[in-house]
Amino acid sequence: MQNTQTVTHRLQLLFAAKRNILNIYFTAGFPQLQDTVRIIRALSAAGVDMIEIGMPFSDPLADGPTIQQSSQQALDNGMSLRLLFEQLKDIRQYTDVPLLLMGYLNPVIQFGVENFCYAAQQVGIDGLILPDLPMHEYLSEYKPVFERYGLFNIFLITPQTAEERIRRIDELSQESFIYMVSSASTTGAKQGFSDEQCRYFERIAAMQLKSPKLIGFGISDKATFEGACRYAEGAIIGSAFINLLSQSTDLETDIQQFVAALR
Amino acid sequence: MILETITSPFQVDEKGYYGQFGGAYIPELLYPNISELAENYLRYIQSPDFQEEFNNLLRDYVGRPTPLYFAWRLSEKYNTRVYLKREDLCHTGAHKINNTIGQILLAKRLGKRKIVAETGAGQHGVATATVCALMGLDCIVYMGAVDIERQAPNVARMRMLGAEVRAAMSGSRTLKDATNEAMRHWINNPTDTHYIIGSVVGPHPYPDMVARFQSVISAEIRKQLAEKTGSELPDYVLACVGGGSNAAGAFYHFMDEPSVKLIALEAAGKGVNSGHSAATTALGKPGILHGSKSLLMQTPDGQVIEPYSISAGLDYPGIGPLHAHLFTTGRAIFVPVTDEEAMEAGLLCSRLEGIIPAIETAHALAYLEKLNAAPNETVVICLSGRGDKDLQTYINWFGDRLKK
Repeated sequence: MQNTQTVTHRLQLLFAAKRNILNIYFTAGFPQLQDTVRIIRALSAAGVDMIEIGMPFSDPLADGPTIQQSSQQALDNGMSLRLLFEQLKDIRQYTDVPLLLMGYLNPVIQFGVENFCYAAQQVGIDGLILPDLPMHEYLSEYKPVFERYGLFNIFLITPQTAEERIRRIDELSQESFIYMVSSASTTGAKQGFSDEQCRYFERIAAMQLKSPKLIGFGISDKATFEGACRYAEGAIIGSAFINLLSQSTDLETDIQQFVAALR
Repeated sequence: MILETITSPFQVDEKGYYGQFGGAYIPELLYPNISELAENYLRYIQSPDFQEEFNNLLRDYVGRPTPLYFAWRLSEKYNTRVYLKREDLCHTGAHKINNTIGQILLAKRLGKRKIVAETGAGQHGVATATVCALMGLDCIVYMGAVDIERQAPNVARMRMLGAEVRAAMSGSRTLKDATNEAMRHWINNPTDTHYIIGSVVGPHPYPDMVARFQSVISAEIRKQLAEKTGSELPDYVLACVGGGSNAAGAFYHFMDEPSVKLIALEAAGKGVNSGHSAATTALGKPGILHGSKSLLMQTPDGQVIEPYSISAGLDYPGIGPLHAHLFTTGRAIFVPVTDEEAMEAGLLCSRLEGIIPAIETAHALAYLEKLNAAPNETVVICLSGRGDKDLQTYINWFGDRLKK
């Protein structure tokens, strides 16, 4: 990768400059097909630090009911990768926050991995989260393509991930971040953190990893967001935001208030 | 010794692939469980104490070996020599228990106290509930809401055996969705729970593990055929394929015998091009679902297509990676069979042989209409399950025709 690109990378700039990073996930094409750009602009205006754009899949294995339903609704609305890239064509005119695409491998493979990476780079995507892309396959097949298009692959760790594997993921994540799954679970809002979760957060914090960490899964409100920020550089909210979107009658106002309530 | 390792182009490689198919495309949340299994399953299942326990249970509890029955009236009708491998006579009524016995022994050795499973027709759910009762482990079975409706007797059996049956309400509410829910359950309960997959699908090592446990079917066929005909090798082996566990078991010890033609019958539903089908090799492309790369029915955008079959056990949009490999290499041929052809074959087998087959199995029997085997050729059909669970579906389908 060229030097200039590395230095100016949006993810690195963000982690160099800020703490308590707020990353919001939403499903593209939900609640309405044409809401994708509107939601990104509203989130950006509300001051979120990073946005994860969910690429809907029919069988989202790692997701709980909320994101399953938003994904199905988005697909029923007619969402596809082709349409998503079309919607995001001018997104960099509206926002400088790092943008990640999150989704499952099969639609990416059918789109063509190289075509997908090219399209992602063209619209200004910074990184990819593909939960069912295993590290082994990433290293042997996908890494060179992702890097060619300036896309970081974000790895997940969980309470069950072995220390040695966390160290390997740390080596691979220094220019981006580690997605720290808060508990052994699928996605979805939960009530607060257990003692066990806090011990896990402390254990990871004590490892002195070189990569920044964002905690996700089960972060839903100001209390859990602040709790997560005590152990990591920031946190990711998904299902709670999807719940807001599904009830919203005024996206811009509701998004503004949702984000303001977290800070 | 039915769990030995065989070197063959049709066996899984050290990375978990059959040719281009297979692998372990799983979220990090399942990585510890899957890698624990992948690293240990061969050591466990090839150990003498495991083999002894497995073989004893197959003999004394399941009732193996199951008969290889010369079906003389079907043979007469089709003017060839038809043998039925009577997996319907296994305890619980289908081949599924061969695998659940193996996996429950593995789960015990892994120190797991709870079991989760998915089920389509309910046969795998019943077989799992059965071994959980036998071993005193908690059992949760996910079943599509549609399947709970159409396979009510098996739901009742699972509950009688002490299992909790949970309805999968997403998607088409059939086997694919039950598999999603079972995997999500495992993600949420990774340390105390073992997931007993019922077919040769899922991330490596499941396809290989399930195929090995089911391989007892073809090991017995070879021995029994030699006793009956003087040759271990038939000319044809026929089996139905949803995910493909009975076919994997029936083909296993014949895959490296080129003279044996392997024929897999998949569910065409209302017709391959009707939009209501589960004929994966006819309609699918390479893709990733439930943790492995295989052939998959999907839209051009890579969204999984809801399959359809009258048979709950074949109502699945993929096939196991071994079968995708057998198909792609031409080692096995895959033929679609419609609901109607299968139902007629089920009735015919009932009336000619006094055996009511599962509707899944009836797909394999239906191919006798088209096979055109010579009079001196030997056809082995894996009679994977009995049809008691399907009586209501048969009755609804045939209506007044059953009144005489």
